[in-house]
Amino acid sequence: MEPIVEIRNASAGYNDDIVLHNISLTVFEKDYIGVIGPNGGGKTTLVRLILGLLQPLQGEIIYHRQLSGSLTGYLPQVSNTDKSFPITVTEVVLSGLMSEKGASGRLTRADRERAAEIMQMMGIYHLRHKSIGVLSGGQMQRAFLGRAIIAQPRLLILDEPNTFVDNKFEHDLYELLSRLNENMAILMVSHDVGTITTYVKTIACVNRNLHYHPSNIITQSQLAAYNCPIQLITHGEVPHTVLGVHNHNHHHHDHD
Amino acid sequence: MIELFSYEFFRNALWAALLASITCGVTGSYIVARRMVFISGGITHTSFGGIGIAYYLGLNPILGAAVFSVLSAIGIEYISGKTNVREDSAIGILWSLGMAVGIIFVFLTPGYAPNLMSYLFGSILTVGRTDLWLMLALAAVVVFFFVYYYNTILFIAFDEEYARAHRLPVMVFKYIIMSMIALTIVLNIRVVGIILVISFLTIPQATANLFTQNLKKMMIYSVLLGVAGSLAGIYISHYLDIPSGATIIFAFVVMFGIAKLVLNLKIRRVVKQEILTRENY
Repeated sequence: MEPIVEIRNASAGYNDDIVLHNISLTVFEKDYIGVIGPNGGGKTTLVRLILGLLQPLQGEIIYHRQLSGSLTGYLPQVSNTDKSFPITVTEVVLSGLMSEKGASGRLTRADRERAAEIMQMMGIYHLRHKSIGVLSGGQMQRAFLGRAIIAQPRLLILDEPNTFVDNKFEHDLYELLSRLNENMAILMVSHDVGTITTYVKTIACVNRNLHYHPSNIITQSQLAAYNCPIQLITHGEVPHTVLGVHNHNHHHHDHD
Repeated sequence: MIELFSYEFFRNALWAALLASITCGVTGSYIVARRMVFISGGITHTSFGGIGIAYYLGLNPILGAAVFSVLSAIGIEYISGKTNVREDSAIGILWSLGMAVGIIFVFLTPGYAPNLMSYLFGSILTVGRTDLWLMLALAAVVVFFFVYYYNTILFIAFDEEYARAHRLPVMVFKYIIMSMIALTIVLNIRVVGIILVISFLTIPQATANLFTQNLKKMMIYSVLLGVAGSLAGIYISHYLDIPSGATIIFAFVVMFGIAKLVLNLKIRRVVKQEILTRENY
């Protein structure tokens, strides 16, 4: 497996407040990592660090870029965008190509066709001329997810994708992510630990430190050992000390 | 009405209104979309400090205003990006400081003191050839830049963080656009005055925004609305013999009011029709 991004002994934070202490994490191709941890523990800081929006105070981050193609696609938290900004759904999806296009921002007919395909895949093609302000939470998330994947990134990063969305979309989203995972690595931050562990392959517990857990089963005592105090949500016949069922293959559909 | 065109001052005023509408329509749409109206107000008033100092030193006031406004524009962008000072507080400080510096230096200037009113409301009927050429050059630069880099400007304005995560030269674009906004403000202060610049930058855009949620269309509509409103203002001010700048503002606001009213009536009619159709079935 080829590494995509390597974080080596990095510390990061804002001004005097160091949020992440000496963390290391390597994201490989086909990875599907669920990032969990308490609020304020540094989950979003980790995302910003990987995206290069925040420089590490110590340590280093190595990006394994390829000659062509985009390295990261990013689905930010919904609350961070200006919902009344005059921009259409098509333009939002096309803006995901900016890493390829650079400063000139020239778009070709092929780019617009690609955007149309992505919107069809997301089920928002009929909304293509609407401004994003009139969309529902789920529709908006689809548009932003379209932006994140249009450039076919090697690593897709999602920050709390399941906030403000309905159950139907949440289910569709996880199905879609599992399909996308065949071509790109995924790193997903979530507060809904119970749900994500059924879909992700491995878990990263982030609470000022980072503990990588190479499985999608995690127990209460392991969480305690990782210093990762989070509410366990039990569901189905899962024993209440165990999170998730070790069956992450069940949603892998056969393609081709 | 036609005989007015035989006067050069009147033709110049019309050209000035057209060029002001173009530069302000384009940059103003960006300002409204990015919610930077207060920032532009800050730049506009800060530039008055430059006018005052230039007067005192016997330099061209527009040059003084240009230096002050570009520096304050870049300063505000820098402050909001890098330091802990709250942006709106910083703007408030620059805003009042600029006006204070301007008034003190205008007062200290020996001899004839320029009329403060002419800087607040401008004098579109006294625009000269040089002003027009400068405005034309700026309009050409602004239109070219926004047309050529439209997608990049839109993407950065919509989600700066996403653009930075994808290594777009975000700061370069922001500084260039801020400088263009500053120069737009300066050249138009001469023509329409400090107060009117802000209305040129916001009222046609807010009116356009009622009808479209697309930045490109908003820019085009704003230019057209700016032309219509300023022409109406110039004519009315001529016939009623009242100050042109204030009349143009009035025309803009009336246009906004009518647009809002028409839109509300339309929405009400649609709702009424929906209720009727529901009752029928």
